[in-house]
Amino acid sequence: MDNTLAAQTAETGHLEHDHPPFLRHHFENLTQQREAATFGMWLFLLTEIMFFGGMFCAYLIYRNWYYPAFVAGSHSLHIWAGTLNTTLLIISSFTMAMGVHAAETRQRKPLLRWMVITMILGFGFLCVKAYEWHDEWVEHHVPGLNFSPEQFITGTKAYPDDKLPLDMAEKTQVYFSLYFAMTGMHALHMIIGISLLAFLFVRARAGAYTNGHIAPIENFGLYWHFVDIVWIFLFPLLYLISRHQ
Amino acid sequence: MDQHQEQHHAHHLHLPHGPSEPTHTEFHVVSPKVYLLVGTALLILTFSTAAISYVDLGVFNAVVALAIACLKMSLVVLFFMHVKYSSRLTKLTVAAGFFTFLVLITMTMTDYISRAWGRW
Repeated sequence: MDNTLAAQTAETGHLEHDHPPFLRHHFENLTQQREAATFGMWLFLLTEIMFFGGMFCAYLIYRNWYYPAFVAGSHSLHIWAGTLNTTLLIISSFTMAMGVHAAETRQRKPLLRWMVITMILGFGFLCVKAYEWHDEWVEHHVPGLNFSPEQFITGTKAYPDDKLPLDMAEKTQVYFSLYFAMTGMHALHMIIGISLLAFLFVRARAGAYTNGHIAPIENFGLYWHFVDIVWIFLFPLLYLISRHQ
Repeated sequence: MDQHQEQHHAHHLHLPHGPSEPTHTEFHVVSPKVYLLVGTALLILTFSTAAISYVDLGVFNAVVALAIACLKMSLVVLFFMHVKYSSRLTKLTVAAGFFTFLVLITMTMTDYISRAWGRW
């Protein structure tokens, strides 16, 4: 009896039986716990699909209604910035997948390195985005703040044929509203992701994810890849509307 | 006699051990080579999308751009997000998500298209 009491640990209050401390008692085994966590994470991502889906649907409708305005608006974006950002995010998805691999193979130092590189790439994306947004401000493309349709009536150097009548030129505000809403919401998801990754980095440094408890890294990876997928669709829809015209 | 009694006793005390639902899937570690291949393919597809947008394909510009985007998304979902190596539950969940998204888009579109606002 005394031995049993002595064998109880201070933290758990029960006998140490042979399961890792991160296996919670309402799960049958580690695999089932991991599966449940992944399932829950995917359900959250489905809600995110609906969330962004609403804005994509609005884009779909307004692009059909005001196509010339959307063409002119898209032409004013920097295609190099959009391509660079897509490249940064795809590489960051690769580095995040490598981080998950490092956690799965219990390599702490590589996991930390991949996490840092992912954070740097994500931050680089946000820097390019900030530059683009500043550019839109300077060019008077911000609806409700300093928007001016003049550029879309007279045409630009790069696209001199982008001359729209006044009412269609005003409709470019719809394009820019969607641009700021969608890239803004995406950037917010990036900021949240980078912050979470920083927190996970601190825990990973203490060895929390290289002892078999890979679920947090795996599921954060799912979130990061999802944000990448959103951008994969934003890029052609916002930047590449008939660049040949 | 004793053994038989014990077995009989055991059946009364424990839950029946019939065929249970599979509670585990193979823990498959995806090789970095696969990641590298998929990442390279994604980058190639990105530059292709940008390049093709400068070619006049009429209405098919949008179709091609979205098709390439869907292909990129499939690569990310299947390999980076491990869905190809996941349990049937995960695969079903992802499929359900796509289905619900399609419902979201198509049902909204039927609403707008069926209105006589002079837009379509």
